[in-house]
Amino acid sequence: MDVIEQGVGRILTDPDPDKAREFFRHKSRALVSKLTTVKEAVEKLVKDGDYVSIGGFGANRVAISVVHEIVRQKKRNLGLAGHTATHDFQILAAGECFDKCDVAYIVGLEARGLSANARKYMESGKVEVTEWTNYTLSARYKAATAGVSFHPIRNLMGTDTFKYSGAKMVKCPFTGSNYALVPALYSDVAIIHAHEADIYGNCRVRGILMSDYDVARSSKKVIVTCERIIPNDEIRRDPTATFIPYWCVDAVCEVPYGSYPGNMYGEYFSDEDHLREWMKVEKDPEEFKAFLDRNIYGVQDHFEYIERNGGIAKMLKLRQKEWLLVGARA
Amino acid sequence: MANYNTMELMICTAARELEDGASIVVGTGAPNAAAMLAQKTTAPNLVIMFEAGGAAALVPEMPISVGDSRTTWKAIMASSMPEIMETACRGMVDYTFLGGAQIDMYGNLNSTRIGPDHQKPKVRFPGSGGANDLASFCWRMIVMTPQDSKRFAEKCSYITTPGWLQGGDSRAKSGLPLGAGPYKIITNMAVMDFEPESKRMRIIAVNPGYSEKDVQDNCGFELLKAAKIVENQGPSEKELSILRDQIDPYRYVIGR
Repeated sequence: MDVIEQGVGRILTDPDPDKAREFFRHKSRALVSKLTTVKEAVEKLVKDGDYVSIGGFGANRVAISVVHEIVRQKKRNLGLAGHTATHDFQILAAGECFDKCDVAYIVGLEARGLSANARKYMESGKVEVTEWTNYTLSARYKAATAGVSFHPIRNLMGTDTFKYSGAKMVKCPFTGSNYALVPALYSDVAIIHAHEADIYGNCRVRGILMSDYDVARSSKKVIVTCERIIPNDEIRRDPTATFIPYWCVDAVCEVPYGSYPGNMYGEYFSDEDHLREWMKVEKDPEEFKAFLDRNIYGVQDHFEYIERNGGIAKMLKLRQKEWLLVGARA
Repeated sequence: MANYNTMELMICTAARELEDGASIVVGTGAPNAAAMLAQKTTAPNLVIMFEAGGAAALVPEMPISVGDSRTTWKAIMASSMPEIMETACRGMVDYTFLGGAQIDMYGNLNSTRIGPDHQKPKVRFPGSGGANDLASFCWRMIVMTPQDSKRFAEKCSYITTPGWLQGGDSRAKSGLPLGAGPYKIITNMAVMDFEPESKRMRIIAVNPGYSEKDVQDNCGFELLKAAKIVENQGPSEKELSILRDQIDPYRYVIGR
């Protein structure tokens, strides 16, 4: 297959499946407890320069406690998958933790508008970007999950999104039409928030899955936070419900309300007041610094963060809002 | 004076494009409001999907994110992003609603950047998200956007999402799936489609209170004109009451 055309974007991770297989060959299959704290998990598993993929969808089922911890520990030069990244991106941009980014969706928080600070960071020239789309990044994780070096797709062609991507265009040997090939994306670390997990890392998730099936499987290291720990017996009672098996997982942290201020399906809705405050304080550097000190740098962990933002009373309100209970609207 | 605003008019116009039994992938905001309105009026069997995985929801109120819990309320399936995108890839999604910072005469969209330096853009926007994917795979792309001559640009600074590319048969030759492409452009002033041969944007209807000249004056390129340009119908009382009372009672979208 001859390459007809190719994007100028740098491929930020190595798509070679043999190198990845060599890594996975030595990854532990031992059924041992991986229960730890978020602080320890980030200290041990996230290295400066690592390529990070965050599960969930921006401010829905996102492991916010880990994202805050990465900022608190001042991790630097990370690569980041901007795959439907919204509030998670906003937090990491505030910490200037990454300097390379595969972009599908960044800077915005969907209907809430654009993050002034994230935008400024992306306009500063400090971050190298390669462009993709939501589906093409999904396809890149799929290729990695399947142990092949690329996935063929039928879009990107003809656009500047192709031009600034790392995709290559070839002719299909079966039909003769043009295809774009997108390279496998093996992350160094994936960060996923689940509804339930056992101490070994077997995870259950309810609601939509986004791209997490492939994100978890294609990453070399996986940090899981969960709303609650469940017994291994419960996993074995209903294996159909297992979404991520323990051999993919390196750390398990029990973090109830771990997606706060984001939404968690069936558990709690997003805290729109707090997210609005984020957007507002970003416009004033002094206010923003004080806000980050109060909510990230000056707190020990996610529980303290929640205490500072309304505590259990706020969580109860967000739970009622999630269930659309009459009168629960903020 | 009309008893509705331009956002309400655009949403009602867009909703009428969706026939019963069709499928659509929508984003948050006005597109979602239009799909919800269609589902509550002329298209009760409209299959509303969201790119993060929500499929055939009975959306109870405006979602804030295409991945929040509202997108799977009483849904048929809580699936994944690959599942929704692949449903579009194999040709089972009829419509998508998109927007952008810029649109050109062939319906190409920019939602990535302004300025020539890609690594240090003058203005950075979110990027494609799912737009490039959905515009490539869904049969008919409808754009809902306010109209002015900056947004309707002679040339996009950057083509994030394909319209008819350079017009004519350029899209068909590109490798993108055959037969899919931009269908209608719905603005506060008019409704446009694309002339079948050249694939250039063409006025087919003008909204109440606007003239063809207004539409052209607020466009950065020359618009073609259909042989017969009709006046677009304003929203009915029924459409307005459903939109205001059931779909967007807090005026998140229609209050803009």
